[in-house]
Amino acid sequence: MSNSSCSADLFKELDAYIDSLNLDKKDFHKNKGHLIQILHKAQELFGYLPESVQIHIGKRLDISPAKVFGVVSFYSFFTMEPRGEHVINVCMGTACYVRGADKILEEFEKRLGIKSGKTTEDGLFTLTSLRCVGACGLAPVVIIDDEVYGKVKKEDVEELINKAKNSKKENTNA
Amino acid sequence: MPKLNSISDLKNLKEKSLLNILMRKGEIKKDVKKSILVCGGTGCQSSNSKKILANLKEELAKNRIEDNYQCLMVGCFGFCEKGPIVDIEPDGVFYVSVKPEDAKDIITEHIINNKKVERLLYIDPATNQKIERQDDIPFYKKQMRIALRNCGFINPENIEEYIAMDGYFALAKSLFELGDVKTLEEVKKSGLRGRGGGGFPTGLKWEFAKKEKNDQKYIICNADEGDPGAFMDRSVLEGDPHSVLEAMAIAGYVIGSNKGYIYIRAEYPLAIERLKIAIKQAREYGLLGENILGSNFNFDIQLSYGAGAFVCGEEIALIASIEGSRGEPNVKPPFPAQSGLWKKPTNVNNVETFANIPPIILNGGEWFAKIGSEKSKGTKVFALAGKINNVGLVEVPMGITLREIIYDIGGGIKNNKKFKAVQTGGPSGGCIPEKFLDIQIDYDNLTAIGSMMGSGGMIVLDEDDCMVNVAKFYLEFTKDESCGRCTPCRVGNKRLLEILQKITDGNGTMEDLETLKELSEIIKDTSLCGLGQTAPNPVLSTLKYFYDEYVAHVKDKKCPAGACSKLLRYFIIEEKCVGCSACARNCPVSCISGEIKKKYTIDQSKCIKCGACIQKCKFGAIIIQ
Repeated sequence: MSNSSCSADLFKELDAYIDSLNLDKKDFHKNKGHLIQILHKAQELFGYLPESVQIHIGKRLDISPAKVFGVVSFYSFFTMEPRGEHVINVCMGTACYVRGADKILEEFEKRLGIKSGKTTEDGLFTLTSLRCVGACGLAPVVIIDDEVYGKVKKEDVEELINKAKNSKKENTNA
Repeated sequence: MPKLNSISDLKNLKEKSLLNILMRKGEIKKDVKKSILVCGGTGCQSSNSKKILANLKEELAKNRIEDNYQCLMVGCFGFCEKGPIVDIEPDGVFYVSVKPEDAKDIITEHIINNKKVERLLYIDPATNQKIERQDDIPFYKKQMRIALRNCGFINPENIEEYIAMDGYFALAKSLFELGDVKTLEEVKKSGLRGRGGGGFPTGLKWEFAKKEKNDQKYIICNADEGDPGAFMDRSVLEGDPHSVLEAMAIAGYVIGSNKGYIYIRAEYPLAIERLKIAIKQAREYGLLGENILGSNFNFDIQLSYGAGAFVCGEEIALIASIEGSRGEPNVKPPFPAQSGLWKKPTNVNNVETFANIPPIILNGGEWFAKIGSEKSKGTKVFALAGKINNVGLVEVPMGITLREIIYDIGGGIKNNKKFKAVQTGGPSGGCIPEKFLDIQIDYDNLTAIGSMMGSGGMIVLDEDDCMVNVAKFYLEFTKDESCGRCTPCRVGNKRLLEILQKITDGNGTMEDLETLKELSEIIKDTSLCGLGQTAPNPVLSTLKYFYDEYVAHVKDKKCPAGACSKLLRYFIIEEKCVGCSACARNCPVSCISGEIKKKYTIDQSKCIKCGACIQKCKFGAIIIQ
């Protein structure tokens, strides 16, 4: 892989994080208690949780990769596929749903040409839905990267996509 | 800050921090530094309230008066519909829907010229009158704030403001005055029941854990608020995090535990940040850690993050998750009180339950027991959302009616539509029809009519909502969130969903309705944990109260609310059609035929109800029925 040196750095950073937790060598059970926390960190670093990362974490905590995979696949927050540059989350909590979030999600699917949960071929956008961010007063809510957009209408979708695209341009120019 | 080593240290610190709070409350009349409070809840922050605060501060600085005012961010005011909110105390003037550019007017007009900014005042839709003060707004009139007592009033990132509001004095009272046994008595006397949904008496739960003999016990705060449409726990953690820390320490003292965990959703970054700050401050002040307030009681708290699994709100699944495993529930007993985290006695309570503890200890259990209904004491926080005018967070005494919440506090149904149902209890609850609007809300009454209190989500539905579709929505949720451990829940809910899908697609039979009912009962009776045992509630309650809608879908192949797209029919109104052919050219299945400048028609048997024609028609000639 061309970016292996970069990912070696990430592994180093992950190791440093695991070291900082001062794992108790004797207490195997309690070490496992750090697993979810470490997976959060790893996903933050790598953007997703590929097999190599899961195996690595398993070794460090002395638990089988199958156990690690079991946990990764159980929790919806963890993903084993790389995410697009921009992540679009449509809130599908009840309050948003009854105010038309399903139509908003449909519109995103149509405009981006992907189903919810997938990433566009150019790697620019990942579209997902999530369950309630608790900003029900602003329903329906869409979160793009870390920006929250409230009272979104179907007509706003195109503009939101363009806005996200442009924010990428700024980043690369900078 | 040196550690507080005694109750008198705590009292001295309170004296020191009290001035600002008294000025805010209006209890000091001379040389008052007014407080400009900006809502810092997730909803208002999403609407730029941080920028509002920055602009307000900038305006104060421009006029060189920043030292004469307390300008700060506080927790959620609850009135999310009208956010962002800026409240000026002790004037009690409540500005709604504020934008960053309004900061200038607030400072120059209100602060400097002492004139209200009229255009930012709340207008009561019933009377069309402007209302100045928060207390006079109908949304707040019937509320009673115990769990949310400090939200929207103190700076959640400053422990001294919490202490000035008698914070940590309940802990001190337990440690130095009551002792563990009497503290437990007060909690039992209060009649407080679990606010996470179960409604189990809190005092009894503590007693079970206290009775266990073990060298290590744990306290867990369940902040895995996964119920879509409920956000009270998040608001407490964001607006008043110390109340939860203090209550956990009290619980630790009572049952004999020195270690607490807060299991919180990773989706709540702001609450996590505020908790981290609060824990750090509490440690610095000696209110967490070893020898709290100079006593021999030790207690510390650690955060543990969820990763998006609804089932982890169930206490055994939650414990499994803290241990780093898949969050799967198990057979009870043993209960966590006997064998919980790392197989040690563990007491799990929800955020809102904990937030009620400090006032109970300070004012006594009897005080709390006087509030509420016969079997449900105190207040409950509800997250009011859906098709309602005033979306927001409300805290009301138990025993209030649904009608009071929806119409008096919530301001009625949005856009003058007709009320159809209110859904309480989230995916585990049911839909309550209009005929029950006057029942008194408490744990037992809600269960009796086929719904439940749950964590307090309250979603209002109007005539445009299809009840079959709503049931399907919840089943989609529970099907996704079922952990898969037991068969009735894993397979049964999927089958329920398939039948509902069949009905909303227009392929249902009357036999399906029987199957829905029978299968629902089986799932309820045989599932392992609360998720499965309650998952069919949305189906059962809609079948019971809205059976006609099911029948309309099955027999007439019609969706009375017009929500199920497969049952809709698209028609071209002859009088309006000009024959431009835009619809026909854009129809992906070529089901529209006609000649240019003549009337077009839709072949219903081929139509896939995609809606492309409606979007393209410039003459409004296509309608849905």
